[in-house]
Amino acid sequence: MKFKWWHGALIFALFLALLAPLASSSPDGLERVAEVKGFIETAQGAVFEVIPDYVMPGVGNNAGATILAGLLGTLILFGIGYGLAQALRAKR
Amino acid sequence: MHIPDGFVSAPVATVGLVVAAGCVAGAVKATNKKMGEKQVPLMGVLAAFIFAAQMLNFPIAGGTSGHLIGAALAAILLGPGAAVLIMTCVLAVQCLVFQDGGLFALGVNIFNMGIVASFVGYYVYRGGAFLPGGRKGVALVSGGLAAWLSVVAASVACAVELAISGTVPLGVALPAMAGVHALIGVGEGAITVAVLSLIMATRADLLEMQKA
Repeated sequence: MKFKWWHGALIFALFLALLAPLASSSPDGLERVAEVKGFIETAQGAVFEVIPDYVMPGVGNNAGATILAGLLGTLILFGIGYGLAQALRAKR
Repeated sequence: MHIPDGFVSAPVATVGLVVAAGCVAGAVKATNKKMGEKQVPLMGVLAAFIFAAQMLNFPIAGGTSGHLIGAALAAILLGPGAAVLIMTCVLAVQCLVFQDGGLFALGVNIFNMGIVASFVGYYVYRGGAFLPGGRKGVALVSGGLAAWLSVVAASVACAVELAISGTVPLGVALPAMAGVHALIGVGEGAITVAVLSLIMATRADLLEMQKA
């Protein structure tokens, strides 16, 4: 198979997922505002959990569990995006 | 800016779900049978890139972090309809698989980070075509502005939803949300400009597709 531009782009996205353990763990903008303005307690937990907080359950190493979750999510979204675009493709 | 369940009231969450569903249906209709051959892999890698990049929270001032939304980038490359669809896929997977963003709040999250951010990003970028200067420079400046404003606009929408829900008064939520996201938006602008210049250097034809 010939190497196409988007193979490189997908590899780049997967590479970004490898960096996920390096991400800042500080609260994000909305969480920060919720803390400072005193409504963070109104947040409710999830109804069900699959891979909560981007940490693959059952993996001992936290960085590894985050990377696995990131790689899985990246591949899932490539598949969904590609498949959806394929379905919306112009017919000849 | 993923809203968890509880931050927005049941009526606001419900209206969000209905509006999001309507807009997604409209986006499917607008993009159906228009997706070009090159755009199929582009849509796949954009969804993958936006998901991966959203995991990479970068620190901003005051012990706070932010991450890319990516709607402006998607809208610049594929148009607002496809951007709404890409963002909906990313937000739905984040919500259903990774428990990022509430299940009932999915509608408002799609509205803020999918619909508002995509359309604001798209029209600011297109409006930038009237700026003087070289084509590449104009595209980068308007792309950066579009990305920045898309984040601020999404945060304003979020503040309004929190206020209507009775969670926090608008006078408190609006300056706080817009203020912190004006900083996070600088990161969005920088990442968007970096990706756009990378595309210009390697596959400029991908950037031209939207002109048609």
